[in-house]
This record gives sequence, C-alpha cells and structure tokens, in this order.
Amino acid sequence: MKQMTHRFKMVDIIYILMMIVPVCFGIVLKVLTTPASDGISISGARIYMTLPMPIQNLPITESQVNSAIVIVAVFFLCLYLTHGIKDGIWLKRHHFAEMIVEKCTGLVTNSMGEYFRAFAPFITAMLALSGFSSLITLFGLYAPTSDINIVAGWAILVFILITYYKMKCGPLEYVKSFGNPALMAPLNIISEIATPISMAFRHYGNVLSGSVIAVLVAAGLQGLSNMVFGALPGFFGKFPFLQVGLPAILSIYFDIFSGCLQAYIFAMLTMLYISGGFPLELYEARKKKRAQLCKN
Amino acid sequence: MEIAISIILGCCALGAGFAMIAGIGPGIGEGNAVAKACEAIGRQPECKGDVTTTMLMGCAIAETTGLYALVIAILLLFVTPGMFIDILMNTLG
Repeated sequence: MKQMTHRFKMVDIIYILMMIVPVCFGIVLKVLTTPASDGISISGARIYMTLPMPIQNLPITESQVNSAIVIVAVFFLCLYLTHGIKDGIWLKRHHFAEMIVEKCTGLVTNSMGEYFRAFAPFITAMLALSGFSSLITLFGLYAPTSDINIVAGWAILVFILITYYKMKCGPLEYVKSFGNPALMAPLNIISEIATPISMAFRHYGNVLSGSVIAVLVAAGLQGLSNMVFGALPGFFGKFPFLQVGLPAILSIYFDIFSGCLQAYIFAMLTMLYISGGFPLELYEARKKKRAQLCKN
Repeated sequence: MEIAISIILGCCALGAGFAMIAGIGPGIGEGNAVAKACEAIGRQPECKGDVTTTMLMGCAIAETTGLYALVIAILLLFVTPGMFIDILMNTLG
C-alpha cells in the first residue's frame, strides 16, 4: 500500500474546487443578472445572451448554463471518486465508486437483460445528470429539468435510441411491428409518437409543479406574515417571519424526493422502452442465419 | 378594449381551473395503486422493496395524465394571456 503524496493531495483539492467553482459561478451569474425586485414572480428561464445564427438567433438561457454546470461538476465528482484507484492507494471513496458502479450494473442487467450490459454507463450518466439537475435547486439555482427544452432533448435522444434498437432487424420488421393487429396500426403509431412527449412532460411537469407550488406557498406566507406581524413597528413589521424555514419543509418533498424519484423513473423508463422494443430472439436468429450464409 | 382583455384573462383562468379537474383521475388511480401495494406488503412483508419500487414506477406513470392537465393549466396561466393580448393588439392596431 502506498502513501498519499503531496501531489496526490493537491490534485484532490483541485478536483474538489472544480466541483464547487461551477456552482459558485452559476450563483454569481444569477445574482448579477437578476434585476432587483420585491415580491415573488413565476417566470421561465432567464436568457443570458443571444448568439446570432443564420436561421434563427440562439438564446443562451439559464437552464443551458446550469445544465453545463451540472455536467462539469459531475465530471469532476467522478474523477474525485476514482482518483488513485489505479495507483493502489486505498481510500474509502473508491468503495463508494465501486458501489455505484455495481448497483447501476445490477439495475441495468436486472431490468434490461444481460445483452444490454453495455448500457450501464449511459443509464448511470442519465441518472446522475437528471438527479443532480433537479438537486441544483438546493443552491438556489434554476433547475434545468424544469425547462421543457432540456428534458425534451433527453427524451428525443432516448426516442432515437429506441427507434435504432427497433430497426436492428431491418426497416421491414420495424414497419411490421406497428401493424401487429392490422386494425391497431394508427393507435400504435400514435403511442410511438407519444413516448418522447410523455417522457418529457412527466419529468418537466413534476419538477415545475413543485417549484410553482413552492413559490405560491412562499407568496402566501409573505402575505400572512404581513397580516399577522404588520402592526409591529419598524423592522419587525416588515420582516416576513413566517417565511423563515416553513417553505423548506415542502422542499424536502418537492426538491429532494421528487427530483430523485423522477431521475429514477426517467432512467427506468428508458431501460424498459429500449429493451422492450428490441426483438432479441429475432435478431439472434437473423445473426445465425447470416453467419451460416457467410460460411457457405 | 379593457373588457376584451379582462374577458381573455378571466377565460384563461377559468380554463386553467377546469383543466385541473383531470387531477381527480390520477388521484384515484394512485390511491388504488398504493392501497394494493399496502395489501401486498401486509401479505408478504419480505418483498417490501420490490413492491415499493414497482408501486413508485406505476404511480409515476399514472400521474402522466394529470401532468398533461397541469402543463395545459400552466400554459393557460402564464403563456396564453400574453399571446392572446398581443394578437388582439395587433388586430386592433
């Protein structure tokens, strides 16, 4: 067993800093660009700047920036967890990293089958990105998952994957799979299109409804505390006492539990749709047939 | 003009309220799911983990229709009034 050198510790500190710095950057950006206003308002993602593009201008919104922040932070978190794993230095966090990998591989092989074992990193990345995107509200930042553009992007990516795996046996089989009972073909096509829409709306609706309810409760508490403590003189009359701490109780459900649950559900549905759409037996039969043809 | 704008705002609010009637369906559905899950855990306490994860999955999927209604309600409350008022302003000049 080797000892940790000074260089190793320095790199560790750099990794931890690189996890924290993007979040601080996001907070500073938000504080600098948000105009001062009293009262609570419900608004979409703030547009930081607009890039001129040939067809249409490309707005860089808060949700895109926060999504990038989450990606950078998760990347350095992974580097931090596995730092020194090849050098033979024994650290507790290596066990944690191993546990994550084992759990996620087990989850994927349980629900998708052994054939899709290689999907484990993708599903884990999806889980981490979606979960941390929802949890970033704890720092007071706008959650990227409460913007439909971000979630719809993920849903379209998953839809392309589903279609790719359905097409693996050739386009003819893909078309055939719609008309299984021939009368049901239109319904099957509609349900195929509904897949990405419902995935996007489910995730985005859950996170957004949580934040809207939290804002409404905060506004209501402000009014209530004005009513109750308004008669007090000076500072005590203006300070919203009821707003301290009470909205945080709601936040336990809406931000932490709901965010993690939606990440799990999104990953789970991705796995189910991909493995459900792929005709494994047919594919293996075709593969065998082709191999025999090649031999002959 | 003011009457037209107030009709637009009022109807958007009413529509959002009516859209959320759809919340009844997922409520009943999820209640059923949780009730059955409780029964199952009562009968077989050893499969609590599996039942809970499956129930959460099912609840999330049953919630979808309610969330469609929620999205429509949010659009009606925050997006459509401005859009309709813009159209009105443009047509009236």
